[in-house]
Amino acid sequence: MKIQIRKFHYGDIPEEKAGGQTSYYKSTEQSWPLWEVFIRSKQGLDHKHAGSLHAADARMAIENARDVYTRRQEGISIWVVESKNIHASDPSESESLYEPAADKIYRHPSFYDLPEEVKHM
Amino acid sequence: MQVQDLEKIFQEKVDQEIKIEPRDWMPEAYRKTNLRQISQHAHSEVVGMLPEGNWITRAPSLKRKAILIAKVQDEGGHGLYLYSAAETLGMSREQMIDDLLSGKAKYSSIFNYPTLSWADMGAIGWLVDGAAILNQVMLCRTSYGPYSRAMVRICKEESFHQRQGFEALLVLSRGTAEQKAMCQDAINRWWWPSLMMFGPKDSESTNSDQSIKWKIKRKTNDELRQSFVDMIAFQVKVLGMTLPDPHLKWNEERQHYDFGEINWDEFWSVVKGNGPCNKQRLAARRKAHEEGAWVREAAMAYAEKKAAREKQKAA
Repeated sequence: MKIQIRKFHYGDIPEEKAGGQTSYYKSTEQSWPLWEVFIRSKQGLDHKHAGSLHAADARMAIENARDVYTRRQEGISIWVVESKNIHASDPSESESLYEPAADKIYRHPSFYDLPEEVKHM
Repeated sequence: MQVQDLEKIFQEKVDQEIKIEPRDWMPEAYRKTNLRQISQHAHSEVVGMLPEGNWITRAPSLKRKAILIAKVQDEGGHGLYLYSAAETLGMSREQMIDDLLSGKAKYSSIFNYPTLSWADMGAIGWLVDGAAILNQVMLCRTSYGPYSRAMVRICKEESFHQRQGFEALLVLSRGTAEQKAMCQDAINRWWWPSLMMFGPKDSESTNSDQSIKWKIKRKTNDELRQSFVDMIAFQVKVLGMTLPDPHLKWNEERQHYDFGEINWDEFWSVVKGNGPCNKQRLAARRKAHEEGAWVREAAMAYAEKKAAREKQKAA
């Protein structure tokens, strides 16, 4: 499969037109691990995934998350989890995992017709 | 499943406005295009800190200095959101940084122009960020989930950038004759490079537009550029200034402004590394990266030592 993209957008200059150097700049540094950041926006709400960042340890991850994700009072509490510790479901299994729920409409309150006399149930 | 079937499913999802997420199947060219576009966008944010950082120590008041620091800090943050989005496509942060520092990866050419006066800070906010916002608002609806989420976050923060720029120019435009001249001069120098930010003309594109089909991009370069011209041609009147284009004229029939031809030779020359500040910008990034190496190493060594000690205690 070969799809040529010839259109150049802002921030999207194709390499052959860009005249970049071929010389290589290679760092040998060991990289800081990746962390996922979860922010509680206010008391009473769940922590919600906000993004990710690199940091040497958990403390630095929290400090960096504070600088990057709460500059405009977006949060009052931060969780960080090293990304390698997050396990995710496989998209190719989504049919078997989630579709069975689609035909169980009796799980929803609106499935049941009740006489009008029964208010608020 | 055959590749053609996977591609069909992929395109159907895109057509139905279902976002593509990192672990979903995607055509290799889609991955590559996104990776290139998002990482270039990230580099633009990071290099974009340099022309403005240049004026932090010389801002005319404490208020303007605080605003400028906040704006530059935002740009660092935007770089991070975008690098994170690009990393989900399978390239490491180190690789992206290496590509920037070696000159292999590009960033927006606009940052290869110098910032000569304080009024440039206003012109950058108003024109450069104004142009970027049009592009970014469109990208909030891009088909790749992580890119779209990063863009939503960025757009929330970006409108302050444009407003503070316009306001800084407004103050100058109401000032002394010298301040007015400074304001007009900055607009004159930044107008054409800002128009170039939208990239080559649509007619330069020979192939059908794959990026639009994949909904990576939803408007063409010329469409975006036209909305920018219309917006700025109106706002410049509020400043009582002019745009340096004798061909700029309202076209009643098109209901848009007509404008003059961009100097495309200059455009490609700057893209290829021959702009006024290309070398200076990369040198500044390399210096910062190299001089920060010991901090990164020390932090890692400290974290490892601490982890080892805790392990020992637990044993």
